[in-house]
Amino acid sequence: MNNLSLLLLVPLLTAVAVLFCRNSSQVKGVSLFGSLAQLTLATFTMFSYMGERAAGNKAQMLFESRYSWYSNLGIEYYVGVDGISIAMIMLTAFVVVAGILVSWRIEKLTKEFFFLLLLLSVGAYGFFISLDLFTMFFFLELAVIPKFLLIGIWGSGRKEYSAMKLALMLMAGSALVLIGLLCLYFNTNVNGAHTFDLLKISQQHIPIEAQRFIFPLMFVGFGIFTALFPFHTWAPDGHSSAPTAASMFLAGISMKLGGYGCLRVATYLMPEAAHEYSWIIILLSTIAIIYGAFATLMQKDLKYINAYSSVSHCGFVLFGIGMLTKTAITGAVMQMVSHGLMTALFFGAIGMIYERTHTRMVEQLGGLLKTMPFIITVFVIAGLCSLGLPGFSGFVAEMTVFMGSWQREGMFNHVATVLACASIVVTAVYILRATGSSVMGPIRNPEFMTLKDASWNEKMASGLLIIGILAIGIAPFWLNNLISADTQAIMDNVSRGVALTLK
Amino acid sequence: MGVDNFLLMKTEMILTLIIFFLLSLKVFTDNKNHIALLNIANVLLCANFIFGFFSNGTGELFNGMFHTNATLALEKNILNLGTFIVSLQAFDWLKTHKHLLEFYILMLTTLLGMDFMISSGNFIMFYLGLELSTIPLAAMVNMDLEKRKSSEAAMKMILSSAFASCITLFGISMLYGTCGTLNFAEMTPHLNGTPLQLLAFIFVFVGFAFKLSAVPFHQWTADVYEGAPVPVTSYLSVISKGSIVFIFISVLFVLFRQFESMWYNMLYLTIVLTITIGNLFAIRQNNIKRFLAFSSIAQVGYILLGLSSGTWAGASSAIFFLIVYTFSNLGAFGVIALVSAHTGKEEMSDYKGFYTSNPVLCWVLTLSLFSLAGIPPTAGFFGKMFLVTAGAGKGNYVLVSIAVLNMVISLYYYLKVVKYMFMDKNEMPIVKLKGSNSLRLALAVCMIGVVVTGFASGLFENINTIIGK
Repeated sequence: MNNLSLLLLVPLLTAVAVLFCRNSSQVKGVSLFGSLAQLTLATFTMFSYMGERAAGNKAQMLFESRYSWYSNLGIEYYVGVDGISIAMIMLTAFVVVAGILVSWRIEKLTKEFFFLLLLLSVGAYGFFISLDLFTMFFFLELAVIPKFLLIGIWGSGRKEYSAMKLALMLMAGSALVLIGLLCLYFNTNVNGAHTFDLLKISQQHIPIEAQRFIFPLMFVGFGIFTALFPFHTWAPDGHSSAPTAASMFLAGISMKLGGYGCLRVATYLMPEAAHEYSWIIILLSTIAIIYGAFATLMQKDLKYINAYSSVSHCGFVLFGIGMLTKTAITGAVMQMVSHGLMTALFFGAIGMIYERTHTRMVEQLGGLLKTMPFIITVFVIAGLCSLGLPGFSGFVAEMTVFMGSWQREGMFNHVATVLACASIVVTAVYILRATGSSVMGPIRNPEFMTLKDASWNEKMASGLLIIGILAIGIAPFWLNNLISADTQAIMDNVSRGVALTLK
Repeated sequence: MGVDNFLLMKTEMILTLIIFFLLSLKVFTDNKNHIALLNIANVLLCANFIFGFFSNGTGELFNGMFHTNATLALEKNILNLGTFIVSLQAFDWLKTHKHLLEFYILMLTTLLGMDFMISSGNFIMFYLGLELSTIPLAAMVNMDLEKRKSSEAAMKMILSSAFASCITLFGISMLYGTCGTLNFAEMTPHLNGTPLQLLAFIFVFVGFAFKLSAVPFHQWTADVYEGAPVPVTSYLSVISKGSIVFIFISVLFVLFRQFESMWYNMLYLTIVLTITIGNLFAIRQNNIKRFLAFSSIAQVGYILLGLSSGTWAGASSAIFFLIVYTFSNLGAFGVIALVSAHTGKEEMSDYKGFYTSNPVLCWVLTLSLFSLAGIPPTAGFFGKMFLVTAGAGKGNYVLVSIAVLNMVISLYYYLKVVKYMFMDKNEMPIVKLKGSNSLRLALAVCMIGVVVTGFASGLFENINTIIGK
């Protein structure tokens, strides 16, 4: 059993162990222990990965292990990682620990809550490490339904509506992926048999006619997970109704499943179609970026503000992928990690504020810096990271996306890049307005005078995420080195495919 | 006829013995002790299931009227397992029922009919088996003697089945007219696609579609499911349907292979209608049994999708799905049977707040529904995936897209029930229920099946090898 299978097994065993706990403090203890174990394991995997690479291991995927599962259909349990997957795994591990820490005060059905959170993390890990498309799809769907229950049972506001909308839209996305997947499967031929093996498919030449059909299905399908415009409507409702930890998981991990899928499956396996359709992707993601930013301006609820800004920020991920240059794709991956950490921190901070003040409306808050300095500092850091202040991860990622996009020739692409850049100004407006009026000024509600500052678990959660944000912000080359070889591999496939079409 | 020949019919022999044994119990004892009788019946059915695995031969009897092989033995085992689970589930309902032995006798008679039907190599045998499995079913639907709805359902069922039988029989007679024989093996060379034969085939197809409750021949389903006692409903929806699917596979794939291009188009239309209409009607239902009736109509569409591939891989995915479907549907019906037997509540809104009073039962129902909806990690996900994959092999992506997008629609109504149970509040939720041991055993078996069947790839691969032979 190698590291990667352990990465699946640890959260799974933790989830099962949670079911056997007697009371809620045991449940929390076990889940925290389990999530720390998976963080340790993920970190260990990352260092051993970097060690292997430093030692000159040039294999495309490391730590591979494969077992035949459904041999007559060519389905395998096949896992392996490259730098991109490692980055996503680390993101998942950070967010899981933070999410479990901020849920410390959950009293209603504690056991079920932590069980579902851990099940969700199994889905996410599995998705990021799978190299077999069937297994990958299995984990993608596994990560959807826990969200329905998490939002519907522990959520707030119009929780049932939001939960149902989210589940149906995401399932529709995965249905599109499934159709694309089947079509892809029947277009492969390895010694007369079809295959779900990602690496083998990448070496096949899928006919361009098939690509034209499959790519949109796959990209839109995964795109729904990343709140691709105009399929983003689940995101604001889902995020705002979800309990804090679920929002963190949703924005921090689930939306990244889509981005990763768009990159790893759609673009990597069908490069010609990706090249042909790139203008549509750029168009839609530019709309998402600008629309998301302006929609955020109109919001008064802190969670809606972050949810709409997530639509805008995730637009950058798809924008970078659509641009199809190495730098832009690197930027897209960085943006996934950065946004995952930042938005988890933001939702965490909003959750902490809401738990104390029982309101998320910007106009009802105010002057909170005086009563709970720690939480508000965290909140402001998340905000500044979101608006792309240098020194935090958001700046690095967005900058890389813009640099990469500018490298793509063509008037259309340049205009799109400029428009996307311009959205940062809008971002600054809404972030500064939201943080300013809820944090500064006089305390508007006398009840807020007595609020308590962060407890140990909240401090730990925020500290962990801030470490991640700062690490990327201050030493971006570190993440860049991790993923650079692999974005190059994707680009090689793209240019090979494009060269074939041009012939 | 030597002993070996008898062994070929061993499943049917054992069933007949059990039926006569129960009959003699009915006649010669005062059968006051219901619990003991039920336990006897359950043990016998369990033994019947276990015997199904041993000494399964291959061969034919009575001039090809009856034949058997490993695939058929497997199919009979699936039916036996399903019947055993249904019988376990019926415990709570039957322990106060006057006619519990009649219930078992009728049920086993239909099972016997199904076994003969699956094994038939001749249309006469097939028709005998079909009728033997249909007429007692109508009596079973009427088992709640004091309820008007039950009688009404039985009446509807017997009339519409009779009508469907007539159509099938008409088709069979035309086939006899053109082929001069009713033996499957001897008919094949004579089937050359003359208009009369095609018409006859359509009639036979309609008969099957009726029994499978495929749209547009589904009208009887919801009323009968609603009126029948819950264990009978679950028997109808799983075992009766399963047996028809099994014989349908042989009829389509072996007997009418020449007409493949034609039955593919017929299946195409039927699948689209069945899945879509089944789903759309399921959304509108308030009675949980009617709801499951329509959902099972939609499930049949997916099974037909696997068959439409025309390959044996498609057939094996259909058989695999039926195993999964047996576990998941019986899991759902088990909970509903318990609730219905103890409280009489059968409306969906009665299930609001179910989680607060019965968390374990609620999870059982949820997992079963998830499995029916095809959500991982339940086995239903794998079952649906294999069916859809088989269907996609034909390259008709319009059909596959309709089927897959319908899975999203179906998710809506399955999640709606889950929402009722977990999220909605109810001032008077269903009280804390305690099922009998046998019901709990049934639910445990179903849940193990739902969770394990998907991951244990050996089962599916075995089915493939058996069928491939």
